[in-house]
Amino acid sequence: MSTKGIVKGIISNLVIVQVDGPVSQNEICYILHKEARLMAEVIKVVGQQAYVQVFESTRGLKVGFEVEFSNHMLEVQLGPGLLSRNLDGLQNDLDKMQGIFLSRGEYTSPLDEKQLWEFQPLAKAGDKVQAADWLGETKENFQAHKIMVPFVLEGSYTVKSIVPQGSYTVKETIAVLLDDSGNEIPVTMVQRWPVKKALKAYKEKPRPFRLLETGVRIIDIANPIVEGGTGFIPGPFGTGKTVLQHAISKQAEADIVIMAACGERANEVVEIFTEFPRLEDPHTGRKLTERTIIVANTSNMPVAAREASVYTAMTIAEYYRSMGLKVLLMADSTSRWAQALREMSNRLEELPGQDAFPMDLSAIISSFYGRAGYVILNNGQTGSITFIGTVSPAGGNLKEPVTEGTKKAARCFFALEQIRADRKRYPAINPIDSYSKYIEYPEFEAYIAENLSDEWIPTVNEMKTLLQRGKEVQEQINILGDDGVPLDYHITYWKSEVIDFVILQQDAFDKVDALCPIERQQYMLKKVMGITRLNFEFDNFTEVMDYFKRVIHVLRQMNYSEFQSEPFRELETELEAVLKERVTQ
Amino acid sequence: MATKAFQKIYTKITQITKATCSLRAANVGNEELATVDGNLAQVVKIIGDEVTLQVFGGTEGLRTNAEVVFMGKAPSLNVGDQLIGRFFNAFGDPIDGGPVPEGKEVEIGGPSVNPVRRKQPSELIATGIAGIDLNNTLVSGQKIPFFADPDQPYNQVMANVALRAQTDKIILGGMGLTNDDYLYFKNVFSNAGVLDHIISFVNTTEDPPVERLLIPDMALTAAEYFAVEKNEKVLVLLTDMTLYADALSIVSNRMDQIPSKDSMPGSLYSDLAKIYEKAVQFPDGGSITIIAVTTLSGGDITHAIPDNTGYITEGQLFLRRDTDVGKVIVDPFRSLSRLKQLVIGKKTREDHPQLMNAAVRLFADAANAKTKLENGFDLSDYDERCLDFAKEYSAQILAIDVNIDTTEMLDTTWKILAGHFRVEELNIRQDLVNKYMPKVS
Ligand SMILES: Nc1ncnc2c1ncn2[C@@H]1O[C@H](COP(=O)(O)OP(=O)(O)OP(=O)(O)O)[C@@H](O)[C@H]1O
Ligand SMILES: [Mg+2]
Repeated sequence: MSTKGIVKGIISNLVIVQVDGPVSQNEICYILHKEARLMAEVIKVVGQQAYVQVFESTRGLKVGFEVEFSNHMLEVQLGPGLLSRNLDGLQNDLDKMQGIFLSRGEYTSPLDEKQLWEFQPLAKAGDKVQAADWLGETKENFQAHKIMVPFVLEGSYTVKSIVPQGSYTVKETIAVLLDDSGNEIPVTMVQRWPVKKALKAYKEKPRPFRLLETGVRIIDIANPIVEGGTGFIPGPFGTGKTVLQHAISKQAEADIVIMAACGERANEVVEIFTEFPRLEDPHTGRKLTERTIIVANTSNMPVAAREASVYTAMTIAEYYRSMGLKVLLMADSTSRWAQALREMSNRLEELPGQDAFPMDLSAIISSFYGRAGYVILNNGQTGSITFIGTVSPAGGNLKEPVTEGTKKAARCFFALEQIRADRKRYPAINPIDSYSKYIEYPEFEAYIAENLSDEWIPTVNEMKTLLQRGKEVQEQINILGDDGVPLDYHITYWKSEVIDFVILQQDAFDKVDALCPIERQQYMLKKVMGITRLNFEFDNFTEVMDYFKRVIHVLRQMNYSEFQSEPFRELETELEAVLKERVTQ
Repeated sequence: MATKAFQKIYTKITQITKATCSLRAANVGNEELATVDGNLAQVVKIIGDEVTLQVFGGTEGLRTNAEVVFMGKAPSLNVGDQLIGRFFNAFGDPIDGGPVPEGKEVEIGGPSVNPVRRKQPSELIATGIAGIDLNNTLVSGQKIPFFADPDQPYNQVMANVALRAQTDKIILGGMGLTNDDYLYFKNVFSNAGVLDHIISFVNTTEDPPVERLLIPDMALTAAEYFAVEKNEKVLVLLTDMTLYADALSIVSNRMDQIPSKDSMPGSLYSDLAKIYEKAVQFPDGGSITIIAVTTLSGGDITHAIPDNTGYITEGQLFLRRDTDVGKVIVDPFRSLSRLKQLVIGKKTREDHPQLMNAAVRLFADAANAKTKLENGFDLSDYDERCLDFAKEYSAQILAIDVNIDTTEMLDTTWKILAGHFRVEELNIRQDLVNKYMPKVS
């Protein structure tokens, strides 16, 4: 018999429940409010009192209302049919909900129970299997979707029977497994997993090393992220976090993209709803929606569900990773998640840490980022979750708990900067302060040398040195004046500006410039660095500026033209002519 | 809001703080309204049989044997066409001497729109102010605040925007308005002869501050009625949201919540987002656009109120006095309309995006030149030209007294640019230059 309870107190969305039996931390319960059942999660237990955070508005709730406990933690359903869905933070299918407004207590299944899936067995009777092993597969949109041994099963099992190829619903038994004692375990195409537990059904988690192409030059060239890598994008409001994440989600070379809109604007989610069905995945030519899942818990949706939403998204990512797929997970913004934790912690009257965030914030962030990664599955195949979160630091000040906590956990740091945004130098990633730790991995270096070129990394380092030098020179010019420094300084500064304008800056709203495939990046990097290595002759600094502005102008036009098209080639010829004017030997 | 005769009356208050009082009571719902000696209050916390009420009028002079009656419902508004042209207080009671409007009673602060039922905003809102229409184009369904110092004419600019925008209804939510500003809005609206599509909810400096907390929800509940039931385009004006947030902090600090940055409640982001996210474009044509005012103290945008606002709204409009031309301008650097991408170059001429960016970039170069000048350095010819450009651009485009249509704004900008710069200094796509840049004489 499951535990029941009675409401004893209400403080905003924190409800205190007197219970009549055992409860567990993070257990889900339902508060019976007139006709609606309001879902809530246990977050603290003191004696017979369970403190629960309610995933809905608590308006009208009264002391004395009944509560039913469910005996399980917050879970998601995993099975074919999740792709292309628009889910809320608790994995309800938003499209299935009635009416214009979200109504309290309306919960809808993320999967379609009637749809038939063409199942192809991969295992056969007699096979020894364990959790996450592939029993069969079906086609979800255009990709293979593996049906796996349920993750909750511990130890090893024998396949007793498996259905032949054919069409089945997610509810039909497709295989029967036997445990050591000979008990039969029926398996369907859908399984459940508690979101706050990391799914660890893989063999090992080596260091990631393969470049994940994002099509964003300043990332791929200067601060590359890898398949299974982690990165974060901190920045004051309006500096371009969301635009950058959207750009990556459209272009990155991933099999599955999961977007967790966590406590941000509804209109930004609508933008995805509107654009993705129209846009094509540049790598497969399929519609972007076909590889995407949206988990939307926007800022006006209940705060507790916002906290859950990032875990829901991560668990779905882990599910697809277990199929040997490259998953890209984005969360915008992880600060809203941290704030949700803070609101709760304050209501629980816990001892506050810095800025009133919970004391263990940093640990919570680390263990979340720790769930990403590149893994070798039990069958030797590989899969990955690349995770990129945005951080919205209060007052734009990076010395705050969420940024600092995330910096410890994430390996790439894409620091968006107010000044660059103000100057419309988009993406406003600070080229000097940002970093990718992966560049230092020898495995990564070897991978790049083999797959791109062995000149790539030295050239990138040369580029960074020049940018750094350009910045120093600029500071000196600011102090000493244009006349106060040698002409050479101006040349160095303008060479670094060429890199800035042509390589680092990229217009996310231009049809052509928005996406820069790696071959094109290689081409442009070579071209631009070639120019910076040339010697030029000038009489005075105004000439330097005027001249390099022309160079930048032509190169930018190239960025706006189709790669290797007629206009692109013409611009290249024009560039050669411009260079000839001033180059010396 | 009369109470019913059979309701139970409590007369034993056990605790009083500046904004709240507590008593023992049974069968009370969270967020329910009550009266305390006739003054409105709302349930904010229930522990066992101890109920804490937030008293909107403040607790000054409150006696422990005051009569407390629970009303069995959350704050609500009677919505209907009878709201049109009327002025109400924070409780939705008329303050214009007119009758209490009849209509459907709806609880305020209702549920959120399902994101999949929204439509992407795509209709431009023209204001005639080039600093807005050209550089920071507004779109229906957007939410955007003016960030302004208290001495700037933000209410006037906002009233101008409201009157010029083509909308079906304007709903004013005034929080802590001075009586003068209240009368200003009233006069402007009646002089323009538009009272028949205006509704106002007003809390003045003379009213208790905690009452302000109800204003945005009242205004937005009325807005939802017209946008959802009548498919109308509704513009909601909220001024001043800083005073709203101040009222939030009064209440939360009185409830012993741990304050976070700038003594604001930790939930400030969620509290503000719940309001601003009511801005929406519905598929059936109805929309709610929110233009708000957030006053700054000493221009500090890192303060928790503007900071959280900036993270929620779709851009912000900065007003600043440009001493070089002696006019208030819409600051092109710190202002931003995030939704402009959805309309510029699509609903406006194709050269709009690139031209706008080029002009702002050159205006930035002018700012650098000015710094150089101030630091005593010589100016290059380019710097000089930037400075000349900036003056014309500021006076003819950025100033808030400009009132022209978008195409004229574009033509004017080209003309100013052509007067000072060469093509390669503009960084604009060649085909656009060929088509739109006037030849200099
Ligand atoms: N790569 C880019 N190219 C062109 N414009 C950009 C680019 N990145 C950002 N912008 C501009 O900056 C604006 C703000 O960007 P965005 O919404 O991504 O900011 P944000 O950092 O997510 O802000 P918030 O924290 O408030 O959500 C965009 O609306 C756009 O005008
Ligand atoms: Mg954003």
